Amino acid sequence: MRNLSELKINQTARIKDFLDKDLSIKLMEMGCLPGTEIKIQLIAPFGDPIAVSVSDYCLSIRKRDAKKVLLED
Amino acid sequence: MSDLTVALIGNPNSGKTTIFNLLTGLNQKTGNFPGITVDKKSGSFKLSDGRKVELVDLPGCYSIYPKSLDEQVVQEVILDKDHPQHPDLILVVADTTNLRRNLLLFTQIRDLGIPCIFILNMIDVADKRGLRIDIRNLQIDLGVQIITANSRTKAGLKNIRAAIESGGKVSKTLFQDPKEFCPEVVEEIEKHIDSDNAYYAYQLAQHLEYASYLSDEQIGLIKKIRDKHGFDKVDIQKEESKARYAKIEEVVARNLKSEKPKELVNQKIDSILTHPVLGYLLFFGVILLIFQAIFAWADWPMTLIENAFAEVSGFTKNALPAGILNDLLTDGVIAGLAGVLVFIPQIAILFAFISLLEETGYMARAVFLMDRIMRNFGLSGKSVVPLVSGMACAIPAIMSTRSIESWKDRLITIFVTPFMSCSARLPVYTILIGLIIPEDDKFWIFNMQGLALTAMYLLGFVAAIGSAALLRFLIKAKHSNYFVMELPSYKWPSWKNVGLTIYDKTFTFVVEAGKVIIAISIILWAMASYGINEEFKNAERIVQGNMPPNATEEAYDNQLASFKLEHSLAGSFGKLIEPAIKPLGYDWKIGIALITSFAAREVFVGTISTIYSIGASEEDEVTIRERLKNEVNPETGGPVYTPAVGWSLMVFYAFAMQCMSTLAVVYRETKGWKWPLLQLIYMTVVAYAAAFIVYQVYS
Repeated sequence: MRNLSELKINQTARIKDFLDKDLSIKLMEMGCLPGTEIKIQLIAPFGDPIAVSVSDYCLSIRKRDAKKVLLED
Repeated sequence: MSDLTVALIGNPNSGKTTIFNLLTGLNQKTGNFPGITVDKKSGSFKLSDGRKVELVDLPGCYSIYPKSLDEQVVQEVILDKDHPQHPDLILVVADTTNLRRNLLLFTQIRDLGIPCIFILNMIDVADKRGLRIDIRNLQIDLGVQIITANSRTKAGLKNIRAAIESGGKVSKTLFQDPKEFCPEVVEEIEKHIDSDNAYYAYQLAQHLEYASYLSDEQIGLIKKIRDKHGFDKVDIQKEESKARYAKIEEVVARNLKSEKPKELVNQKIDSILTHPVLGYLLFFGVILLIFQAIFAWADWPMTLIENAFAEVSGFTKNALPAGILNDLLTDGVIAGLAGVLVFIPQIAILFAFISLLEETGYMARAVFLMDRIMRNFGLSGKSVVPLVSGMACAIPAIMSTRSIESWKDRLITIFVTPFMSCSARLPVYTILIGLIIPEDDKFWIFNMQGLALTAMYLLGFVAAIGSAALLRFLIKAKHSNYFVMELPSYKWPSWKNVGLTIYDKTFTFVVEAGKVIIAISIILWAMASYGINEEFKNAERIVQGNMPPNATEEAYDNQLASFKLEHSLAGSFGKLIEPAIKPLGYDWKIGIALITSFAAREVFVGTISTIYSIGASEEDEVTIRERLKNEVNPETGGPVYTPAVGWSLMVFYAFAMQCMSTLAVVYRETKGWKWPLLQLIYMTVVAYAAAFIVYQVYS
């Protein structure tokens, strides 16, 4: 299954599920819920962290954590 | 006493603090919340009906569930009905351009049954982006009064005051009833605590682990209720977030229309500021500028403060009759006060920059840019600012680690920050480098003295980074360690906010660190001015007898001061530790300087000056240097301050934890003596070992 770390810049996808409980409650309160559309907006120079645009703003997340965000196909 | 306690709550970057500053102006103070080390910012103002309002600015948060120490306070203040800052009214501030996410926190707060007012801030930016909001209908949907505000132009301020006067409203129905997720738990807790608010009862079950405000009996009861019904707090919190967002989505769809496509200004700036080449160039440019400012710009106000205190000290010394009281005042209290206040320019400049970077939104980009690199050393992108600030002074730097949510990252940052060469080490380096490296020595086109100074700074940096990399394996993470950070939209800074941040941080430093510094400085003064042995008691007679008959009175005074210091408590202590520091190349005189340096490192210069009875002022480096050059080691017949001793001393000062104020701040930030003590031991061991190696290899 695809996860958030595999997405390229400007690509869009929908969140499906999370692999980490603590991370999931944090991301969910920040507006990243299953079904939410996200787009990769920025990638830091060493490929990590990345920044996604979600609902109306921009959120940065490490690649390690992005691997735990599963996407809909 | 105030008639009304009002709390300000909102997401980070919602402009909450700007509204706080506009409402309270300079009538604000920073204190501590009882029991925890989170700064409490509160201010006061009067309503037109004469009632006095205490306004509490609670730390920014995204939900009522705390993720960091700062956020912990929010649930405590709101859920603890007996808390001294428990609000009668809550102002929830939201960034209108980001309504969905801001509504999550708002709907949670509103469901707790405390009167609320909802402030839609940055309405002008929302307007510009073509966001149209049906305020009247939104008010009906949310069940509270809504006020639109533009904190930059003060629009809406009058309405906020009027709304506070009217007292806000408690909505009769819950936005989201927790009984949908765990009906039995909520109902049983409601019965036991005699509350008719389901969300409040549910929150007690959620926050039980941090609920210092509940009695042991209540905690036991709620725990039993939770266990009985298999209450999984994380799963239920997820359910809650999902359900709330679903409802928020409906509310937003009904009341918000977007008339323009999304603007891409932020994205364009981001592509430059986080560019692989330009981004780093800019970042290092900013760091260089801060560094330059802390050093160069702070110089003249610092000199001004030093001179002013020298005047005051001189005046007091002459105005009051000579004696213990006079000495205590001038050498203990005034000297201590000077030692505190002299740091004000540096702290003010540092926080001016930090607050500017935060206000504009650049800070988050710097963190974004540096995170990957810093992680190699067990730090996070958020450690960059504290580490750089540590070059000015470890105290504000350690204070600025509060923004790091991960406890492990924060602890490592606090632990290694004192290795960064702070400004108090500079006078020590300056005098020693001048002593052991000739002024016109050059390496290619570089001045050797300058290179040596650069090397000392690099050494501190390497020690900090290296220790962090080591600590990464030693400290266990208490919580899972993720990094999720908002990149806020770029904004023009509010100068009022910058000014008030400077005022606030400086004031906190003067009060918090000041207490310790003055106390220690009085103790050290007493140690250096009193002795219990015979020599000290008969100092005048002995020195008189040893002086050549044609000696001037000044020479006698200097000789006496030096003799007294040698036989004082500090002097005896210096001699006591001499065997321990001999392998580093130091004698008991340097030993005394090491001890007094615990007040602050730069005291080294003053102590050295007294001990060699130079009688020169601290600024008079040349005199001190000349005198030190001529100091002869009785054992070797050569000078005491050989390059080996000089380097060994500098390395010792680079690594040793010789700063009581830093220890005091670490104690305050980590809530215990464990970490400051470990830090003291670790740094002293590293300093001793390094100085030992340098001396033994060099000589």
